[in-house]
Amino acid sequence: MKQSLIGALCVIVGVGSAFAQTPAKKPATKAAVKATPAPAAEVKDAATLEFEKFRAEMEDSNPAELFEAKGEEQWKAKRGPKNVSLAETCDLGQGIGKIEGAYVKMPRYFSDADAVMDAERRIVWCMVEKQGYKFDDIAKQPFANETFTPDITNLVTYVAGQSRKMKIDVPLKDPKVREAYEMGKAIAAYRAGPYDFSCNTCHGVDGKRIRMQNLPNLSTPQGAMSGVQGWPGYRMTGGVMLTHQWRMGDCFRQQRFPQPKYASDAVAYLLTYMIGNANGQVYKGPGIKR
Amino acid sequence: MNTTRRTVLKSATASGVLAGLIAAGALRPTQVLAADWNKAAFEAHDTAGALKGIGAGTPAESKDLILKVPDIAENGAVVPVDVVSNIPNTSSISILVDKNPSPLCAHFDFANGALADVSARLKMGQTSLVKAVAKADGKFYTAQKEVKVTVGGCGG
Amino acid sequence: MADPMKIRAQLKGDVTEVRILMGHAMETGQRKDAAGKTIPPHFIQSMTVDVGGKKVIDGQIGTSVSRNPVFGFKMKGAKVGDKVVVSWIDNKGDKRTDEVAVA
Repeated sequence: MKQSLIGALCVIVGVGSAFAQTPAKKPATKAAVKATPAPAAEVKDAATLEFEKFRAEMEDSNPAELFEAKGEEQWKAKRGPKNVSLAETCDLGQGIGKIEGAYVKMPRYFSDADAVMDAERRIVWCMVEKQGYKFDDIAKQPFANETFTPDITNLVTYVAGQSRKMKIDVPLKDPKVREAYEMGKAIAAYRAGPYDFSCNTCHGVDGKRIRMQNLPNLSTPQGAMSGVQGWPGYRMTGGVMLTHQWRMGDCFRQQRFPQPKYASDAVAYLLTYMIGNANGQVYKGPGIKR
Repeated sequence: MNTTRRTVLKSATASGVLAGLIAAGALRPTQVLAADWNKAAFEAHDTAGALKGIGAGTPAESKDLILKVPDIAENGAVVPVDVVSNIPNTSSISILVDKNPSPLCAHFDFANGALADVSARLKMGQTSLVKAVAKADGKFYTAQKEVKVTVGGCGG
Repeated sequence: MADPMKIRAQLKGDVTEVRILMGHAMETGQRKDAAGKTIPPHFIQSMTVDVGGKKVIDGQIGTSVSRNPVFGFKMKGAKVGDKVVVSWIDNKGDKRTDEVAVA
Protein backbone atom coordinates (compact mmCIF):
# COMPACT_ATOMS: atom_id res chain seq x y z
CA MET A 1 0.00 0.00 0.00
CA LYS A 2 1.68 3.04 -1.29
CA GLN A 3 -0.51 5.71 0.03
CA SER A 4 0.94 6.33 3.43
CA LEU A 5 1.82 9.66 4.88
CA ILE A 6 0.14 11.84 2.37
CA GLY A 7 -1.51 14.83 3.84
CA ALA A 8 -4.88 13.97 2.43
CA LEU A 9 -7.43 12.68 4.82
CA CYS A 10 -8.49 10.40 2.08
CA VAL A 11 -6.16 9.91 -0.78
CA ILE A 12 -7.52 11.27 -3.97
CA VAL A 13 -7.74 8.41 -6.34
CA GLY A 14 -10.34 7.37 -8.79
CA VAL A 15 -10.43 10.29 -11.09
CA GLY A 16 -7.48 10.77 -13.35
CA SER A 17 -6.47 7.50 -11.90
CA ALA A 18 -8.28 5.32 -14.37
CA PHE A 19 -5.63 6.20 -16.87
CA ALA A 20 -2.70 7.80 -15.24
CA GLN A 21 -2.49 6.76 -11.68
CA THR A 22 1.03 6.56 -10.59
CA PRO A 23 0.14 5.06 -7.25
CA ALA A 24 -1.54 7.96 -5.50
CA LYS A 25 1.06 10.57 -5.14
CA LYS A 26 -1.05 13.55 -5.82
CA PRO A 27 -0.68 16.65 -3.74
CA ALA A 28 -2.49 16.53 -0.52
CA THR A 29 -5.77 18.17 0.05
CA LYS A 30 -7.07 18.51 3.48
CA ALA A 31 -10.62 17.43 3.05
CA ALA A 32 -12.88 18.74 5.68
CA VAL A 33 -15.26 16.33 7.27
CA LYS A 34 -18.43 18.29 6.99
CA ALA A 35 -21.16 17.92 9.48
CA THR A 36 -24.51 18.68 7.99
CA PRO A 37 -27.04 19.83 10.53
CA ALA A 38 -29.13 16.82 9.78
CA PRO A 39 -31.62 14.80 11.73
CA ALA A 40 -30.76 11.23 12.62
CA ALA A 41 -31.62 9.92 9.18
CA GLU A 42 -28.89 9.82 6.56
CA VAL A 43 -29.11 12.76 4.22
CA LYS A 44 -28.86 11.66 0.65
CA ASP A 45 -27.92 14.20 -1.93
CA ALA A 46 -28.58 13.85 -5.64
CA ALA A 47 -25.21 12.24 -6.27
CA THR A 48 -25.75 9.56 -3.65
CA LEU A 49 -29.15 8.76 -5.10
CA GLU A 50 -27.61 8.57 -8.55
CA PHE A 51 -24.95 6.11 -7.30
CA GLU A 52 -27.63 3.98 -5.72
CA LYS A 53 -29.50 3.62 -9.00
CA PHE A 54 -26.55 1.65 -10.30
CA ARG A 55 -25.71 -0.13 -7.05
CA ALA A 56 -27.89 -3.18 -7.63
CA GLU A 57 -26.50 -3.71 -11.11
CA MET A 58 -22.95 -3.29 -9.87
CA GLU A 59 -23.52 -5.72 -7.02
CA ASP A 60 -25.23 -8.23 -9.27
CA SER A 61 -22.22 -8.46 -11.56
CA ASN A 62 -19.39 -8.11 -9.13
CA PRO A 63 -15.83 -9.11 -10.02
CA ALA A 64 -15.56 -10.26 -6.38
CA GLU A 65 -17.00 -13.52 -7.71
CA LEU A 66 -13.75 -14.18 -9.55
CA PHE A 67 -11.88 -14.08 -6.24
CA GLU A 68 -14.54 -16.13 -4.52
CA ALA A 69 -14.06 -18.85 -7.11
CA LYS A 70 -10.32 -18.89 -6.51
CA GLY A 71 -10.86 -18.95 -2.76
CA GLU A 72 -13.13 -21.98 -3.09
CA GLU A 73 -10.45 -23.82 -5.00
CA GLN A 74 -7.84 -22.89 -2.40
CA TRP A 75 -10.10 -23.80 0.52
CA LYS A 76 -10.61 -27.29 -0.88
CA ALA A 77 -7.08 -27.96 -2.09
CA LYS A 78 -4.44 -29.76 -0.06
CA ARG A 79 -1.83 -27.10 0.48
CA GLY A 80 0.99 -25.91 2.68
CA PRO A 81 3.91 -27.78 4.27
CA LYS A 82 1.48 -30.23 5.88
CA ASN A 83 -0.41 -30.78 2.64
CA VAL A 84 -3.88 -30.67 4.10
CA SER A 85 -6.92 -28.70 3.02
CA LEU A 86 -8.68 -26.11 5.12
CA ALA A 87 -11.92 -27.88 4.26
CA GLU A 88 -10.75 -30.94 6.19
CA THR A 89 -9.01 -29.16 9.08
CA CYS A 90 -10.27 -25.65 9.71
CA ASP A 91 -13.02 -24.91 12.22
CA LEU A 92 -14.56 -21.47 11.76
CA GLY A 93 -16.75 -21.93 14.78
CA GLN A 94 -19.40 -24.14 13.20
CA GLY A 95 -17.38 -27.36 13.11
CA ILE A 96 -14.53 -28.47 10.89
CA GLY A 97 -15.07 -27.55 7.27
CA LYS A 98 -18.48 -26.00 7.92
CA ILE A 99 -18.45 -22.60 6.40
CA GLU A 100 -22.06 -21.85 5.64
CA GLY A 101 -23.06 -18.99 7.89
CA ALA A 102 -19.69 -18.95 9.63
CA TYR A 103 -18.69 -15.48 8.45
CA VAL A 104 -21.68 -13.69 9.97
CA LYS A 105 -21.05 -15.41 13.33
CA MET A 106 -17.55 -14.02 13.66
CA PRO A 107 -15.67 -12.51 15.41
CA ARG A 108 -16.06 -15.16 18.07
CA TYR A 109 -13.94 -16.72 20.78
CA PHE A 110 -11.90 -19.78 19.82
CA SER A 111 -10.66 -21.76 22.78
CA ASP A 112 -8.02 -23.63 20.75
CA ALA A 113 -6.36 -20.29 20.04
CA ASP A 114 -7.55 -18.63 23.24
CA ALA A 115 -8.45 -15.53 21.29
CA VAL A 116 -11.34 -13.65 19.80
CA MET A 117 -10.93 -13.89 16.05
CA ASP A 118 -12.52 -12.32 13.06
CA ALA A 119 -12.85 -14.46 9.94
CA GLU A 120 -9.56 -13.40 8.39
CA ARG A 121 -7.61 -13.87 11.59
CA ARG A 122 -9.15 -17.30 12.05
CA ILE A 123 -8.33 -18.47 8.54
CA VAL A 124 -4.76 -17.26 8.97
CA TRP A 125 -4.63 -19.22 12.23
CA CYS A 126 -5.80 -22.34 10.39
CA MET A 127 -3.26 -21.81 7.62
CA VAL A 128 -0.50 -21.60 10.22
CA GLU A 129 -1.64 -24.26 12.68
CA LYS A 130 -3.19 -26.76 10.32
CA GLN A 131 -1.43 -26.27 7.01
CA GLY A 132 1.94 -25.30 8.41
CA TYR A 133 2.38 -21.95 6.72
CA LYS A 134 4.49 -19.38 8.52
CA PHE A 135 2.59 -16.43 9.95
CA ASP A 136 5.34 -14.00 9.01
CA ASP A 137 5.16 -15.10 5.39
CA ILE A 138 1.43 -14.41 5.27
CA ALA A 139 1.79 -11.14 7.16
CA LYS A 140 4.54 -9.91 4.87
CA GLN A 141 2.04 -8.88 2.21
CA PRO A 142 -1.38 -9.66 3.62
CA PHE A 143 -3.44 -7.39 1.34
CA ALA A 144 -3.93 -7.18 -2.39
CA ASN A 145 -2.46 -4.64 -4.72
CA GLU A 146 -2.89 -4.24 -8.46
CA THR A 147 -0.51 -7.01 -9.32
CA PHE A 148 -0.92 -9.41 -6.42
CA THR A 149 -3.83 -10.92 -4.52
CA PRO A 150 -2.83 -12.98 -1.49
CA ASP A 151 -4.47 -16.38 -1.01
CA ILE A 152 -5.90 -15.23 2.30
CA THR A 153 -7.94 -12.58 0.50
CA ASN A 154 -9.42 -15.17 -1.85
CA LEU A 155 -10.15 -17.47 1.09
CA VAL A 156 -11.88 -14.77 3.13
CA THR A 157 -13.92 -13.79 0.08
CA TYR A 158 -15.02 -17.38 -0.43
CA VAL A 159 -15.95 -17.83 3.22
CA ALA A 160 -17.83 -14.51 3.27
CA GLY A 161 -19.76 -15.59 0.17
CA GLN A 162 -21.03 -18.58 2.14
CA SER A 163 -22.94 -16.20 4.44
CA ARG A 164 -24.90 -14.39 1.76
CA LYS A 165 -28.27 -13.06 2.86
CA MET A 166 -27.70 -14.20 6.44
CA LYS A 167 -28.11 -12.17 9.59
CA ILE A 168 -25.09 -10.87 11.44
CA ASP A 169 -24.93 -12.78 14.69
CA VAL A 170 -21.77 -12.02 16.67
CA PRO A 171 -22.04 -13.94 19.97
CA LEU A 172 -21.84 -10.87 22.21
CA LYS A 173 -23.22 -12.84 25.14
CA ASP A 174 -19.98 -14.75 25.36
CA PRO A 175 -18.00 -12.87 28.06
CA LYS A 176 -14.77 -13.11 26.04
CA VAL A 177 -16.48 -11.63 23.01
CA ARG A 178 -18.11 -8.97 25.18
CA GLU A 179 -14.73 -8.02 26.54
CA ALA A 180 -13.36 -7.75 23.00
CA TYR A 181 -16.36 -5.61 22.07
CA GLU A 182 -15.68 -3.20 24.92
CA MET A 183 -12.03 -3.00 23.95
CA GLY A 184 -13.03 -2.28 20.38
CA LYS A 185 -15.38 0.42 21.55
CA ALA A 186 -12.53 2.03 23.46
CA ILE A 187 -10.22 1.84 20.43
CA ALA A 188 -12.89 3.48 18.26
CA ALA A 189 -13.05 6.36 20.73
CA TYR A 190 -9.30 6.72 21.20
CA ARG A 191 -8.13 10.14 20.00
CA ALA A 192 -4.52 10.53 19.01
CA GLY A 193 -2.16 11.32 16.19
CA PRO A 194 -1.23 14.61 14.54
CA TYR A 195 -4.88 15.40 13.81
CA ASP A 196 -6.13 14.29 17.19
CA PHE A 197 -8.56 11.97 15.44
CA SER A 198 -10.43 8.93 16.59
CA CYS A 199 -12.49 6.50 14.51
CA ASN A 200 -15.49 8.18 16.03
CA THR A 201 -14.49 11.61 14.74
CA CYS A 202 -15.77 10.48 11.36
CA HIS A 203 -17.83 7.44 12.24
CA GLY A 204 -19.37 8.12 15.63
CA VAL A 205 -22.23 10.49 14.87
CA ASP A 206 -24.95 10.77 12.27
CA GLY A 207 -24.97 12.91 9.18
CA LYS A 208 -21.28 13.31 8.36
CA ARG A 209 -19.81 13.02 4.97
CA ILE A 210 -16.54 13.48 3.18
CA ARG A 211 -16.81 14.87 -0.32
CA MET A 212 -19.44 12.67 -1.97
CA GLN A 213 -19.37 9.89 0.58
CA ASN A 214 -21.74 9.63 3.47
CA LEU A 215 -19.98 8.40 6.58
CA PRO A 216 -21.84 5.75 8.50
CA ASN A 217 -22.28 6.10 12.23
CA LEU A 218 -20.84 2.82 13.45
CA SER A 219 -22.53 3.01 16.82
CA THR A 220 -25.95 2.36 15.27
CA PRO A 221 -27.04 -1.00 13.81
CA GLN A 222 -27.71 0.45 10.35
CA GLY A 223 -24.55 2.53 10.38
CA ALA A 224 -22.46 -0.39 11.56
CA MET A 225 -24.01 -2.52 8.84
CA SER A 226 -23.05 -0.11 6.12
CA GLY A 227 -19.53 -0.35 7.47
CA VAL A 228 -19.68 -4.14 7.45
CA GLN A 229 -21.57 -4.57 4.21
CA GLY A 230 -19.42 -4.92 1.21
CA TRP A 231 -16.32 -6.28 2.96
CA PRO A 232 -14.53 -8.15 1.69
CA GLY A 233 -15.00 -5.85 -1.24
CA TYR A 234 -13.94 -5.39 -4.81
CA ARG A 235 -12.51 -1.92 -4.88
CA MET A 236 -13.20 -0.13 -8.14
CA THR A 237 -10.17 2.06 -7.56
CA GLY A 238 -7.35 -0.11 -8.76
CA GLY A 239 -9.67 -3.07 -9.27
CA VAL A 240 -8.44 -4.99 -6.26
CA MET A 241 -10.11 -7.28 -3.76
CA LEU A 242 -9.69 -6.07 -0.18
CA THR A 243 -10.80 -7.36 3.19
CA HIS A 244 -12.34 -5.88 6.30
CA GLN A 245 -8.96 -6.19 8.02
CA TRP A 246 -7.49 -4.01 5.29
CA ARG A 247 -10.23 -1.45 5.82
CA MET A 248 -9.39 -1.15 9.51
CA GLY A 249 -5.75 -0.53 8.67
CA ASP A 250 -6.80 2.06 6.12
CA CYS A 251 -8.78 3.96 8.75
CA PHE A 252 -5.68 3.94 10.93
CA ARG A 253 -3.70 5.32 8.02
CA GLN A 254 -6.22 8.06 7.48
CA GLN A 255 -5.99 8.97 11.13
CA ARG A 256 -2.19 9.07 10.81
CA PHE A 257 -1.89 6.24 13.28
CA PRO A 258 0.77 3.57 12.97
CA GLN A 259 -0.58 0.51 11.15
CA PRO A 260 -2.10 -2.08 13.43
CA LYS A 261 -0.39 -5.45 13.35
CA TYR A 262 -1.96 -7.84 10.86
CA ALA A 263 -4.42 -10.31 12.35
CA SER A 264 -3.85 -8.81 15.80
CA ASP A 265 -6.02 -8.44 18.89
CA ALA A 266 -6.57 -4.74 18.21
CA VAL A 267 -8.09 -5.35 14.79
CA ALA A 268 -10.18 -8.25 16.07
CA TYR A 269 -11.48 -6.01 18.87
CA LEU A 270 -12.40 -3.21 16.50
CA LEU A 271 -14.14 -5.65 14.20
CA THR A 272 -15.99 -7.17 17.14
CA TYR A 273 -17.29 -3.72 18.07
CA MET A 274 -18.24 -2.82 14.54
CA ILE A 275 -19.72 -6.13 13.41
CA GLY A 276 -21.30 -6.68 16.81
CA ASN A 277 -23.15 -3.39 16.45
CA ALA A 278 -24.56 -4.71 13.19
CA ASN A 279 -26.11 -7.78 14.84
CA GLY A 280 -29.48 -8.62 13.35
CA GLN A 281 -28.78 -6.90 10.02
CA VAL A 282 -28.65 -8.95 6.85
CA TYR A 283 -25.24 -9.42 5.20
CA LYS A 284 -25.39 -9.39 1.43
CA GLY A 285 -22.02 -11.02 0.79
CA PRO A 286 -18.78 -9.78 -0.74
CA GLY A 287 -19.34 -6.32 -2.10
CA ILE A 288 -18.19 -3.73 -4.54
CA LYS A 289 -16.69 -0.53 -3.25
CA ARG A 290 -15.91 2.80 -4.75
CA MET B 1 -20.62 -9.84 -41.85
CA ASN B 2 -19.18 -6.44 -41.45
CA THR B 3 -17.28 -5.90 -44.64
CA THR B 4 -16.22 -2.38 -43.75
CA ARG B 5 -14.41 -3.68 -40.73
CA ARG B 6 -12.60 -6.29 -42.67
CA THR B 7 -11.48 -3.90 -45.36
CA VAL B 8 -10.17 -1.52 -42.74
CA LEU B 9 -8.30 -4.33 -41.13
CA LYS B 10 -6.62 -5.47 -44.25
CA SER B 11 -5.02 -2.09 -44.61
CA ALA B 12 -4.28 -1.68 -40.95
CA THR B 13 -2.85 -5.15 -40.18
CA ALA B 14 -2.95 -6.47 -36.66
CA SER B 15 0.08 -6.78 -34.45
CA GLY B 16 2.97 -8.80 -35.81
CA VAL B 17 2.91 -11.19 -32.89
CA LEU B 18 -0.64 -12.22 -33.56
CA ALA B 19 -0.08 -12.42 -37.26
CA GLY B 20 2.81 -14.75 -36.50
CA LEU B 21 0.72 -16.90 -34.23
CA ILE B 22 -1.96 -17.22 -36.81
CA ALA B 23 0.54 -18.05 -39.49
CA ALA B 24 1.95 -20.70 -37.19
CA GLY B 25 -1.52 -22.13 -36.78
CA ALA B 26 -1.49 -21.52 -33.03
CA LEU B 27 -4.79 -19.70 -33.26
CA ARG B 28 -7.60 -21.30 -35.09
CA PRO B 29 -9.30 -18.59 -37.06
CA THR B 30 -12.70 -20.15 -36.40
CA GLN B 31 -12.35 -19.10 -32.77
CA VAL B 32 -11.85 -15.60 -31.45
CA LEU B 33 -10.17 -13.58 -34.10
CA ALA B 34 -7.80 -11.13 -32.53
CA ALA B 35 -6.62 -10.31 -36.02
CA ASP B 36 -10.09 -8.91 -36.55
CA TRP B 37 -9.42 -6.14 -34.06
CA ASN B 38 -10.13 -2.83 -35.71
CA LYS B 39 -6.81 -1.20 -34.95
CA ALA B 40 -7.52 2.00 -36.86
CA ALA B 41 -10.74 2.64 -34.97
CA PHE B 42 -9.50 1.62 -31.52
CA GLU B 43 -6.27 3.53 -31.78
CA ALA B 44 -7.89 6.71 -33.09
CA HIS B 45 -7.26 9.55 -30.66
CA ASP B 46 -10.47 11.41 -31.28
CA THR B 47 -14.11 10.54 -31.75
CA ALA B 48 -14.16 11.58 -35.40
CA GLY B 49 -11.30 9.20 -36.13
CA ALA B 50 -12.95 6.38 -34.21
CA LEU B 51 -16.24 6.90 -36.04
CA LYS B 52 -14.43 6.91 -39.34
CA GLY B 53 -12.67 3.73 -38.29
CA ILE B 54 -15.94 1.89 -37.75
CA GLY B 55 -17.29 3.29 -41.00
CA ALA B 56 -19.86 5.47 -39.27
CA GLY B 57 -18.87 8.93 -40.49
CA THR B 58 -21.50 11.26 -39.11
CA PRO B 59 -24.24 9.14 -37.59
CA ALA B 60 -27.77 10.50 -37.23
CA GLU B 61 -29.16 11.11 -33.74
CA SER B 62 -31.86 8.63 -32.83
CA LYS B 63 -34.31 8.48 -29.94
CA ASP B 64 -34.65 4.77 -30.52
CA LEU B 65 -31.12 4.22 -29.38
CA ILE B 66 -31.20 4.18 -25.60
CA LEU B 67 -28.06 4.86 -23.64
CA LYS B 68 -28.22 4.28 -19.91
CA VAL B 69 -25.30 5.76 -17.96
CA PRO B 70 -25.07 7.45 -14.58
CA ASP B 71 -25.23 11.27 -14.51
CA ILE B 72 -22.38 11.14 -12.03
CA ALA B 73 -20.01 8.21 -11.90
CA GLU B 74 -19.19 6.89 -8.48
CA ASN B 75 -15.74 6.01 -9.77
CA GLY B 76 -14.27 6.83 -13.15
CA ALA B 77 -12.50 3.47 -13.19
CA VAL B 78 -15.79 1.57 -13.42
CA VAL B 79 -18.66 3.33 -15.17
CA PRO B 80 -21.62 1.10 -15.97
CA VAL B 81 -23.05 1.54 -19.46
CA ASP B 82 -26.09 -0.08 -20.97
CA VAL B 83 -27.11 0.36 -24.61
CA VAL B 84 -30.37 -0.82 -26.15
CA SER B 85 -31.28 -0.20 -29.76
CA ASN B 86 -34.92 -0.27 -30.75
CA ILE B 87 -33.99 0.50 -34.33
CA PRO B 88 -35.10 -2.46 -36.46
CA ASN B 89 -32.34 -4.67 -37.87
CA THR B 90 -29.61 -3.26 -35.63
CA SER B 91 -26.55 -5.32 -36.48
CA SER B 92 -23.92 -3.67 -34.30
CA ILE B 93 -23.42 -1.32 -31.38
CA SER B 94 -20.29 0.66 -30.57
CA ILE B 95 -19.60 2.57 -27.38
CA LEU B 96 -17.34 5.61 -27.21
CA VAL B 97 -16.09 7.98 -24.53
CA ASP B 98 -15.38 11.31 -26.17
CA LYS B 99 -12.54 12.50 -23.96
CA ASN B 100 -10.73 9.23 -23.39
CA PRO B 101 -7.27 8.98 -24.96
CA SER B 102 -8.73 6.41 -27.34
CA PRO B 103 -12.47 7.10 -27.50
CA LEU B 104 -13.67 3.78 -28.94
CA CYS B 105 -14.31 1.43 -26.01
CA ALA B 106 -16.12 -1.51 -27.52
CA HIS B 107 -17.85 -2.70 -30.65
CA PHE B 108 -20.27 -5.60 -30.81
CA ASP B 109 -21.67 -7.35 -33.89
CA PHE B 110 -24.89 -9.26 -33.38
CA ALA B 111 -26.02 -12.48 -35.06
CA ASN B 112 -28.23 -15.54 -34.59
CA GLY B 113 -30.84 -14.17 -32.23
CA ALA B 114 -28.72 -11.66 -30.30
CA LEU B 115 -30.73 -8.63 -29.21
CA ALA B 116 -29.24 -5.19 -29.69
CA ASP B 117 -28.84 -4.85 -25.94
CA VAL B 118 -25.42 -4.78 -24.31
CA SER B 119 -23.94 -3.68 -21.02
CA ALA B 120 -20.32 -3.05 -20.14
CA ARG B 121 -18.19 -1.10 -17.67
CA LEU B 122 -15.83 1.57 -18.81
CA LYS B 123 -12.95 3.67 -17.60
CA MET B 124 -13.39 7.39 -17.88
CA GLY B 125 -10.44 9.68 -17.35
CA GLN B 126 -12.60 12.75 -16.87
CA THR B 127 -16.12 14.12 -17.27
CA SER B 128 -17.12 13.41 -20.85
CA LEU B 129 -19.85 12.63 -23.31
CA VAL B 130 -20.49 8.93 -23.71
CA LYS B 131 -21.78 7.93 -27.13
CA ALA B 132 -23.50 4.87 -28.47
CA VAL B 133 -23.49 4.18 -32.19
CA ALA B 134 -25.76 1.59 -33.77
CA LYS B 135 -25.70 0.25 -37.29
CA ALA B 136 -28.97 -0.84 -38.88
CA ASP B 137 -29.55 -1.65 -42.54
CA GLY B 138 -26.24 -0.07 -43.41
CA LYS B 139 -27.02 3.22 -41.72
CA PHE B 140 -25.50 4.58 -38.52
CA TYR B 141 -27.34 6.16 -35.59
CA THR B 142 -26.13 7.72 -32.38
CA ALA B 143 -27.17 8.80 -28.90
CA GLN B 144 -25.06 10.53 -26.27
CA LYS B 145 -25.10 11.56 -22.63
CA GLU B 146 -22.69 13.33 -20.34
CA VAL B 147 -21.22 11.48 -17.39
CA LYS B 148 -19.59 13.49 -14.64
CA VAL B 149 -16.57 11.92 -13.05
CA THR B 150 -16.02 12.96 -9.46
CA VAL B 151 -13.38 12.89 -6.81
CA GLY B 152 -14.39 10.44 -4.16
CA GLY B 153 -13.87 10.25 -0.44
CA CYS B 154 -12.58 7.41 1.68
CA GLY B 155 -12.39 3.75 0.89
CA GLY B 156 -16.03 3.13 1.67
CA MET C 1 -2.43 -18.51 -17.42
CA ALA C 2 -5.62 -16.59 -17.55
CA ASP C 3 -8.13 -17.10 -14.80
CA PRO C 4 -11.50 -18.72 -15.53
CA MET C 5 -14.43 -16.50 -16.39
CA LYS C 6 -17.67 -16.52 -14.49
CA ILE C 7 -20.59 -16.85 -16.87
CA ARG C 8 -24.28 -16.83 -16.11
CA ALA C 9 -26.92 -17.56 -18.73
CA GLN C 10 -30.53 -17.45 -17.69
CA LEU C 11 -33.66 -17.90 -19.72
CA LYS C 12 -36.33 -15.40 -18.66
CA GLY C 13 -39.48 -15.72 -20.76
CA ASP C 14 -38.13 -16.01 -24.29
CA VAL C 15 -35.02 -13.93 -23.65
CA THR C 16 -31.74 -15.41 -22.48
CA GLU C 17 -29.58 -13.06 -20.45
CA VAL C 18 -25.87 -13.74 -20.54
CA ARG C 19 -23.66 -12.12 -17.95
CA ILE C 20 -19.88 -12.52 -18.14
CA LEU C 21 -17.11 -11.64 -15.67
CA MET C 22 -13.55 -11.82 -16.96
CA GLY C 23 -10.37 -11.62 -14.91
CA HIS C 24 -8.01 -9.32 -16.78
CA ALA C 25 -5.77 -6.36 -15.93
CA MET C 26 -6.88 -4.33 -18.99
CA GLU C 27 -3.74 -2.21 -18.83
CA THR C 28 -4.07 0.92 -20.93
CA GLY C 29 -0.40 1.43 -21.63
CA GLN C 30 -0.73 4.92 -20.21
CA ARG C 31 -0.01 4.21 -16.59
CA LYS C 32 3.31 4.21 -14.84
CA ASP C 33 4.46 1.84 -12.15
CA ALA C 34 5.92 2.91 -8.80
CA ALA C 35 9.34 3.27 -10.39
CA GLY C 36 7.97 5.63 -13.03
CA LYS C 37 8.19 3.10 -15.83
CA THR C 38 5.31 2.92 -18.27
CA ILE C 39 3.31 -0.26 -17.85
CA PRO C 40 2.87 -1.74 -21.33
CA PRO C 41 -0.65 -2.15 -22.67
CA HIS C 42 -2.22 -5.51 -21.93
CA PHE C 43 -5.88 -5.81 -22.75
CA ILE C 44 -8.49 -8.09 -24.22
CA GLN C 45 -9.09 -7.23 -27.87
CA SER C 46 -11.68 -9.68 -29.06
CA MET C 47 -14.40 -11.78 -27.54
CA THR C 48 -17.11 -14.01 -28.86
CA VAL C 49 -20.24 -15.59 -27.44
CA ASP C 50 -21.50 -18.75 -29.13
CA VAL C 51 -24.81 -20.25 -28.10
CA GLY C 52 -25.95 -23.66 -29.28
CA GLY C 53 -23.02 -23.78 -31.70
CA LYS C 54 -23.76 -20.46 -33.38
CA LYS C 55 -21.93 -17.20 -32.99
CA VAL C 56 -24.22 -14.68 -31.31
CA ILE C 57 -21.85 -11.91 -30.29
CA ASP C 58 -18.64 -10.91 -32.02
CA GLY C 59 -17.04 -8.23 -29.91
CA GLN C 60 -13.96 -6.07 -30.14
CA ILE C 61 -12.79 -4.12 -27.14
CA GLY C 62 -10.20 -1.53 -26.32
CA THR C 63 -8.27 -0.22 -23.35
CA SER C 64 -11.19 1.85 -22.05
CA VAL C 65 -12.99 -1.24 -20.80
CA SER C 66 -12.57 -1.54 -17.02
CA ARG C 67 -10.16 -3.91 -15.34
CA ASN C 68 -11.83 -7.29 -14.71
CA PRO C 69 -14.43 -6.67 -17.44
CA VAL C 70 -18.12 -7.27 -17.01
CA PHE C 71 -20.44 -7.71 -20.00
CA GLY C 72 -24.13 -8.37 -20.38
CA PHE C 73 -25.89 -9.58 -23.53
CA LYS C 74 -29.37 -10.72 -24.42
CA MET C 75 -30.67 -13.08 -27.07
CA LYS C 76 -33.75 -14.87 -28.27
CA GLY C 77 -34.04 -18.43 -29.47
CA ALA C 78 -31.95 -20.25 -26.88
CA LYS C 79 -33.28 -23.13 -24.80
CA VAL C 80 -32.46 -24.31 -21.31
CA GLY C 81 -29.40 -26.55 -21.57
CA ASP C 82 -27.96 -24.87 -24.66
CA LYS C 83 -24.24 -24.47 -24.41
CA VAL C 84 -22.94 -20.91 -24.05
CA VAL C 85 -19.28 -20.65 -25.01
CA VAL C 86 -17.39 -17.45 -24.34
CA SER C 87 -13.87 -16.84 -25.63
CA TRP C 88 -11.49 -13.94 -25.47
CA ILE C 89 -8.01 -13.16 -26.69
CA ASP C 90 -5.78 -10.28 -25.67
CA ASN C 91 -3.11 -8.21 -27.39
CA LYS C 92 -0.38 -10.54 -26.17
CA GLY C 93 -2.12 -13.61 -27.51
CA ASP C 94 -3.27 -14.87 -24.09
CA LYS C 95 -6.69 -16.42 -24.41
CA ARG C 96 -9.39 -18.14 -22.50
CA THR C 97 -12.54 -20.11 -23.29
CA ASP C 98 -15.20 -21.07 -20.77
CA GLU C 99 -18.68 -22.43 -21.09
CA VAL C 100 -21.91 -22.79 -19.19
CA ALA C 101 -25.37 -24.17 -19.98
CA VAL C 102 -28.42 -21.93 -20.24
CA ALA C 103 -30.37 -22.28 -16.99
